Amino acid sequence: MSALPVDETVEACAAAAAKPVELVEKIAPPPMPNRRRAVLRKLFMTVIPPLLGLGLLLLVWQLISTKGGGSIPSPAVTWKSAVELFADPFYSNGPNDQGIGWNILSSLQRVAIGFGIAAAVGIPFGFLLGRFKFASAMFDPLISLLRPVSPLAWLPIGLLVFKKADPAATWTIFICSIWPMILNTAEGVRRVPQDYLNVARVLNLPEMKVVTKILFPAVLPYMLTGIRLSIGTAWLVIVAAEMLTGGVGIGFWVWDEWNNLKVEHIIIAIFVIGVVGLLLEQCLLLLAKRFSYETR
Amino acid sequence: MSKTIVKIENVGQTFDTKNGTFTALRDIHLEIKEGEVISLIGHSGCGKSTLLNLIAGLTLPTSGVLICDGREIAGPGPDRAVVFQNHSLLPWLSCFENVYLAVERVFGAKEKKEKLKARTVDALKMVRMDHAMDKLPHEVSGGMKQRVGIARAFAMEPKILLMDEPFGALDALTRASLQDELMRVMSETGATVVMVTHDVDEAVLLSDCIVMMTNGPAATIGQIEAVDLPWPRDRLDLVEKPEFAKYRAAVVEFLHRKQLKKAA
Repeated sequence: MSALPVDETVEACAAAAAKPVELVEKIAPPPMPNRRRAVLRKLFMTVIPPLLGLGLLLLVWQLISTKGGGSIPSPAVTWKSAVELFADPFYSNGPNDQGIGWNILSSLQRVAIGFGIAAAVGIPFGFLLGRFKFASAMFDPLISLLRPVSPLAWLPIGLLVFKKADPAATWTIFICSIWPMILNTAEGVRRVPQDYLNVARVLNLPEMKVVTKILFPAVLPYMLTGIRLSIGTAWLVIVAAEMLTGGVGIGFWVWDEWNNLKVEHIIIAIFVIGVVGLLLEQCLLLLAKRFSYETR
Repeated sequence: MSKTIVKIENVGQTFDTKNGTFTALRDIHLEIKEGEVISLIGHSGCGKSTLLNLIAGLTLPTSGVLICDGREIAGPGPDRAVVFQNHSLLPWLSCFENVYLAVERVFGAKEKKEKLKARTVDALKMVRMDHAMDKLPHEVSGGMKQRVGIARAFAMEPKILLMDEPFGALDALTRASLQDELMRVMSETGATVVMVTHDVDEAVLLSDCIVMMTNGPAATIGQIEAVDLPWPRDRLDLVEKPEFAKYRAAVVEFLHRKQLKKAA
């Protein structure tokens, strides 16, 4: 660079500067199409890659089904079967033969009840653990001990206590969804910034006001994270629990179709479970966004 | 002779740490008179914020006694409002609601809702923030947040106003304009103020009295300088006045010659 004679550098710079100007003058696209192109590119980037991924899945699936000697149904066969299945999702021929809609709804109902009770117990309990060191020293070891246990291990206890399959399944959902809610709520309470509590102290706010104006809003994001994790786990566990307990439900339905050797229905069930789980997650993310004071 | 608002007698503060007892403050004696503006200045770690927290009642002294308006300080209370360094507005409440929370707490028992709202609006008007009343704290700038913090403290009509490096987190230009605002508000309300600062100009400009603290550990009051400059003060006029330079020199002399920090 420094070896270059001065006038040459100047010339090179001038040439470099002149070129783009010329180009711009010749092509000079009006600003609007340019902007449209950027929008199109963004659209392309958001739509095409997921479609490609889906295409790849279908391709692999098709390959496995043709090479696997027909034990796995092809995408086309599954699609046809799904269309039939969803043509009448809410028929009912007795307790063991109901439409897929009923199965999903009864699974969701179990999740809602088990999860609801877990929230009603877990959130106040989390507040308690977060606010009082004594309580957290008392219960933290127990929670650490019980949390890693598969909720299905609790199913026999549920059967024993409730003497019926349905509340036992709800019971496992309760067990699996209570931990994230307790732990996240407690963590949220512990992380309320000291500054906010100092404001409360200087103002001498009564305990009710501290809870409603400071603790609850500060903890809400953590609580919603706990709820989201709980719902996710609950939806994972319900399938397994229903396989064991029977009755009406998406998990039982999968098991039933396995006994009927309708593999295409099992594949459909996998997709349905996935879609419902995704929707639950998205709903809660929306809810969290709605209650976040940063993005509201 | 004006009334004494806060009296600090022989106050010391120690903390228990892993390496034994740590003495933060010792032998603090100070009297704060009504309408006075006092600056606490010193190197970082000299316990000036600790002293402020003691007056606020957020911590209690390990020895000695602090008296506010004839009663011993046993905990925090709305008669000693605090402006925190990082504004400490509640992020889920609007600027209006943040001030209203304090107003409601102090005057809610005696006054009607309309009056409380009017008080809140007045306080925000005083710091020129009435245009952004309904905004959430994260929607306004750092200087504006601190204005709301100041409005919240003044709205409580406290006996004494405590400020912990109120402008420490702001840039120099914003700080200057907020200092001017604060001077105006202080002269309008005649408030008694104790302010922690590490800015020599700020101390001379804003206060009637500068309390200089020695270096910690075991910090105490090293020197007190009364600033006898007439109110209202104007930063441009003052810069040219020899008295201003004299006070400034006294503080700088104390901080940088007598209390030179060993490993700063």
